[in-house]
Amino acid sequence: MGSATETFYDVIRRQGITRRSFVKFCNLTAASLGLGPVAATQIAQALETKPRIPVIWMHGLECTCCSESFIRSAHPLVKDVVLSMVSLDYDDTLMAAAGHQADAILQETREKYKGGYILAVEGNPPLNEDGMYCIDGGRPFVEKLKEMADGAMAVIAWGACASWGCVQAAKPNPTQAVPIDKVIRDKPIIKVPGCPPIAEVMTGVISYILTFGKMPELDRQGRPKMFYSQRIHDKCYRRPHFDAGQFAESWDDEGARKGYCLYKMGCKGPTTYNACSTVRWNGGVSFPIQSGHGCIGCSEEGFWDKGSFYDRLTTIRQFGIEATADKIGLTAAGVVVAGVAVHTAATAVKRLTSKHDHHRRNDHQ
Amino acid sequence: MAHDAKMLTGVMDATDDVIVSGPSIYVYEAPVRLWHWGNALCITILAVTGYFIGSPPPTMSGEASDSFLFGYIRFSHFAAGQVLAVAFLARILWAFWGNKYSRQIFYLPVWEKTWWKGVVREARWYLFLEKEPYKYIGHNPLAHTAMFAMFTLFNLGMIITGFALYSEGAGRDSWQAKAFGWVFDIWPNSQDVHTLHHLGMWVIVIFAIVHIYAAVREDIMSRQTMISTMISGERQFRDEREG
Repeated sequence: MGSATETFYDVIRRQGITRRSFVKFCNLTAASLGLGPVAATQIAQALETKPRIPVIWMHGLECTCCSESFIRSAHPLVKDVVLSMVSLDYDDTLMAAAGHQADAILQETREKYKGGYILAVEGNPPLNEDGMYCIDGGRPFVEKLKEMADGAMAVIAWGACASWGCVQAAKPNPTQAVPIDKVIRDKPIIKVPGCPPIAEVMTGVISYILTFGKMPELDRQGRPKMFYSQRIHDKCYRRPHFDAGQFAESWDDEGARKGYCLYKMGCKGPTTYNACSTVRWNGGVSFPIQSGHGCIGCSEEGFWDKGSFYDRLTTIRQFGIEATADKIGLTAAGVVVAGVAVHTAATAVKRLTSKHDHHRRNDHQ
Repeated sequence: MAHDAKMLTGVMDATDDVIVSGPSIYVYEAPVRLWHWGNALCITILAVTGYFIGSPPPTMSGEASDSFLFGYIRFSHFAAGQVLAVAFLARILWAFWGNKYSRQIFYLPVWEKTWWKGVVREARWYLFLEKEPYKYIGHNPLAHTAMFAMFTLFNLGMIITGFALYSEGAGRDSWQAKAFGWVFDIWPNSQDVHTLHHLGMWVIVIFAIVHIYAAVREDIMSRQTMISTMISGERQFRDEREG
């Protein structure tokens, strides 16, 4: 997919885009990243002078939902990102080349741009049976991943799979699938979790790295702060119903019809960090809560193993039983109350039967 | 009333009954008592509101702008939590100024043989294997262990997880997030922290049941006052025998 030496500006001018449109694009990108007007000039300058950064997009154990999401990006349009901004040198799902031809591109990029390309990983490596559960080009994916990560400038972990493990790493995890930061330890990793992540978040992260040539600011879990610093709950349009104490109690009640808060229906918005309630999906059309279903917390660690999507209180499975904190607590409290009652009775019996001795002892003193 | 003449103090009421008082000592100074009862109030508010945060009351009707029920429940929880945390800090400070009994709950004298013997003896008393317990000015060794576990360790755990959860609403740049955000390094999904914090409430409820039972029982059965001591600070002993 082309040499990576020409600049973004060269490419779009070659495609017949005017300078006026280019400046507009810079301004829009600066605005969508939440940066000031000065940044637009910086973006323009960067795009005019910096060579395009090669991107290698690898697929491990995954469902390709990240790619499906990515190609639906509306701001910026994915064609702008793929054809103009990114030099997407390798993506086995999107590229025309296949087999040995495709593999050759990996090797070429690794040697030619050592320490200068971005490795984007969709999916994760399974480690069981020496990685044999995911074979890519005749070799375990985990080997290929380590090899490509070795020469990368930075690594992007696309989606819940690469960031946290997702469904293939859910209990009992027969393939021992692990998030990529368990096998790539010496490179900066940007986690862009979600199942899938929002398209605009994906292209936003890529645009940022390409235009500024550096990583976006990350939170303590390695996620870009600009998209993951607030919970779904913090910006949810149903939040006033939550504060008022107005909840849907079943899927077909008055509250559900009136669009009350889905907290009681197990909405994971209060514990989920993502941009769904602001950026939304499909070009800003809607997001799960807006269409009447609670958030399932798909961008959070181990979201498959945190009990039902439809319960407020998490099911705890530690003792071979399925119960919520309330059931466990209430049972334990009940046992303790019974214990106290028995102890009280025993104390009373003891007291009554020894009353006689007690008096005699006092008399002797 | 047929009591030992040595213990009479000669105080009489209108019907000529003699009011008896044994030897007494001032144990719990005012700040300790204030902390105890303040803590009890905070914990009650925290447990009730905390339960409702996990399982909200039936839905409210009408306009969202007309009510703020869940907001008030959460506010009460956060306010009581902050008071509890500040009171805990103040209590730690008081341990430096107060008498030696004010320091008791912050450490266990595990290097003292007599203390270990006391734990065993007190446990045997609860198992009906001893005729009577020893007398103690401060906490008895078994109670001491329970207080240390609950108020130095467990209370701190609830404060830490509580502030970590609060930081989710306060924002990533808040001081709560800076001070307590490391909790999410241990449990990256804050849903787990919610669950642990919730289980913690039940541990405290169970503690409260045992604590109240033990205080009432000891007040009746032991050789010293318990409940009134936490009100007046004075510990009275009902006999002058040693051991």
